[in-house]
Amino acid sequence: MNAESLEGEDRPGHTGYNYAYLDEQTKRMLRRALLKAVAIPGYQVPFASREMPMPYGWGTGGVQVTASIIGPSDVLKVIDQGADDTTNAVSIRKFFANTAQVTTTTSSERATIIQTRHRVPETALSDGQILVYQVPIPEPLRWLEARESETRKMHALREYGVMHVSLYEDIAHHGRIAKSYDYPVLVEDAYIMRPSPIPKFDNPKLDNCPALQLFGAGRERRVYALPPYTRVVSLDFEDHPFDVETWEESCAICGAQDSFLDEVVTDDKGGRMHVCSDTEYCNKRLAAQGRQEATA
Amino acid sequence: MEATSLLRPGFADPVMHAQETFRMVLDAMSRPGSLHASTVSLEPPRSLHPATAALCLTLLDHETPLWLDPSLESDEVWTFLRFHCGCPLAEERSAAAFAVLDGAPCGLASFAQGTPEYPDTSATLICQVEGLREHGPLILRGPGIRDRASLGLSPFPATFLEEWEGNQARFPRGVDIIWVSGKTIVGLPRTTRLEM
Amino acid sequence: MYVAVKGGERAIENAHKLLAEARRGDPEVPELSLPQIEQQLSLAVDRVMTEGSLHDRELAALALKQARGDMIEAIFLVRAYRTTLPRFGASEPLDTDNMAIRRRVSATYKDLPGGQILGPTFDYTHRLLDFALAEDGVHPEARVADDPLPQSMPRVTGLLDAEGLIESSEVDDSRPVADVTREAESFPADRDARLQALARGDEGFLLAMGYSTQRGFGNTHPFAGEIRMGEVAVEFIPEELGFAIEIGEITVTECEMLNQFKGSDTHAPKFTRGYGLAFGQCERKAMSMALVDRALRARELGEASGAPAQDEEFVLYHSDNVQATGFSEHLKLPHYVDFQSELSILRNLRRDHDTKAARKEAAE
Repeated sequence: MNAESLEGEDRPGHTGYNYAYLDEQTKRMLRRALLKAVAIPGYQVPFASREMPMPYGWGTGGVQVTASIIGPSDVLKVIDQGADDTTNAVSIRKFFANTAQVTTTTSSERATIIQTRHRVPETALSDGQILVYQVPIPEPLRWLEARESETRKMHALREYGVMHVSLYEDIAHHGRIAKSYDYPVLVEDAYIMRPSPIPKFDNPKLDNCPALQLFGAGRERRVYALPPYTRVVSLDFEDHPFDVETWEESCAICGAQDSFLDEVVTDDKGGRMHVCSDTEYCNKRLAAQGRQEATA
Repeated sequence: MEATSLLRPGFADPVMHAQETFRMVLDAMSRPGSLHASTVSLEPPRSLHPATAALCLTLLDHETPLWLDPSLESDEVWTFLRFHCGCPLAEERSAAAFAVLDGAPCGLASFAQGTPEYPDTSATLICQVEGLREHGPLILRGPGIRDRASLGLSPFPATFLEEWEGNQARFPRGVDIIWVSGKTIVGLPRTTRLEM
Repeated sequence: MYVAVKGGERAIENAHKLLAEARRGDPEVPELSLPQIEQQLSLAVDRVMTEGSLHDRELAALALKQARGDMIEAIFLVRAYRTTLPRFGASEPLDTDNMAIRRRVSATYKDLPGGQILGPTFDYTHRLLDFALAEDGVHPEARVADDPLPQSMPRVTGLLDAEGLIESSEVDDSRPVADVTREAESFPADRDARLQALARGDEGFLLAMGYSTQRGFGNTHPFAGEIRMGEVAVEFIPEELGFAIEIGEITVTECEMLNQFKGSDTHAPKFTRGYGLAFGQCERKAMSMALVDRALRARELGEASGAPAQDEEFVLYHSDNVQATGFSEHLKLPHYVDFQSELSILRNLRRDHDTKAARKEAAE
């Protein structure tokens, strides 16, 4: 094909690979899938996932989604467990800096695209931003029904009773819903969706979010999406309303009381401290405190 | 005329222009009712609006059968699409992954609707109209819209509202529409509720 | 102040350097060359090509060298490279009838036209370590046969077909061949997609699955109708020419299993087939694939019993070792946010439990 031979030319900065690694045919296939994902919020669109130069489970879905949307004017932030400096986040950021020649940042505000594994940034997202989630298992009903052919039917018929029963069994046995992360949500009263393994602390941030949220599962070959300002409700019961994790402690570094805290073991005698999982949020607060002290 | 003289050029930079165009349409579908302008310069075949041509170059290939409104068909258009996109021509409306249509469509149900298990296999319709303006008599609500949006679309046959209600009744099945006027596009996914 | 230790760019770079050094090993020992790997570890090369879905001996040898001999890592390297290659189209079906045979055995007939050709096989070797190989300078030579082998050999399945004892293998030529590397899988899968997935599937997984059918978990009553290994021509029809041209010759191993089938309401009693094909000399793989292919036809033939090897979703979703290793090994990536979440729930549950126990105690 003539058009194909024009594409994929070498561009400065990398040899032998197309811009943002993926070939144009793959990008088109992914882009079409993403448009359908946006048109049917919470529904999992199958796509022909490619083998990426990083292992499955390391974010191949998120990387493919980012590669199919990113352009040279984007500013990219990558986080893993909320942090910009975890090894896998560093590695993915470098991949795009090399293959797509984009500016990278640790600032949630400056970023046009944020790729994440397991967290939603503490800083509120804004209009025009895109949050790309790396998803290991996209199917919320998977633990209740192993077969894709069955779960497809359950979604088609909105046969979600089994999910409610499973959550209710938790309450019957334990007095509360024992799901802590990857807590299922209902999107626009239609599809039950898996928010990827973010802690349930982050679930409320999905609802009515001004940013576009895209979810990519590479090994399972699915993408799904939440357009901005989409209604996203965490499943619960009237007598057992949804709640999020809370800490008695505050961040040992910046003193935050409103952020998700990682527990750090400081010795083998039960010593613990708590620090923000979102490193950028923590640094920003610390810098602001420094400025206040300087002006005081 | 020789075939080569019929062939209008595609994107000057296929990789970057496809990326720019995709972000425009992703934004348009994510924020139904809002206007988005194509920044890529193109001299498309006469019957295609510039944004239509940009969308075709970005989204179509040999995997996407295209239905072309008979009123838009010409050798020039097919030469352009075949050469740059390589997309097969759909013999039936129902076989098309994409359709390029003249004006507000009727008979939405005749296009591929997807299945209850795979509603993503429905068609995307690119509909060329004379005018698109923000703030008009059409009120839009749904995912991607904060409270409500309004839109002016001309010409706008009153029958379309009924067509769209039918499309919504088929949810999660149903078509998605991209309105085009010149370089401007507006997204109308199946989840958007419309009223006058 | 305590700052959580997190890996940075420098740590990654240093780890890569250490890996390269470990791969090379003692620099006093001569470095392995790609021809050495290709020639002397040829079955490893064959497996990497088969499961990597890319026929290129040199690249497979390079992948093995880079992966320090780790098969799955080498397969992964080849796959990741393959996915970036342009696609010109599909070749014509391989004509294995006209294979230049190096090995051909049948377990179903004592002798048959063309004869039994043992070829280079481990089958009847005594597994005694050959200490002579520990020294350099062994140059074994095999005697060339007096007469060349016949140009083509009839197939065992063909002989049975002539008698009407075996199902015909119907092929729908009008449909384009599936490509599991370019389409998301859907179930039930068509046989072409299924065979492709099995051909890429992990040899160990398919071996265990095939083995399980022989031990009663979905018995298929198999006979190794024929196993043949040798060279076949690859033909391709370029669109501008419109006729097939030969673009090369590759070595493949093909296995056709014959399986007894007693018949059902809709199917007459006859032999059925299981099929396996692999690049190079991957006999264990081709045989396992044929066993599993046949087991997966259980539903089609109305004999499904719920055995693991008969379960298409189970087998096809879990046969890919690159996917499996990625997801299983990803557990070593940080999960401390999820774990924190889990800690928080667990503490709450324990508090509830203690309160309940205390209340009960007080009541007693």
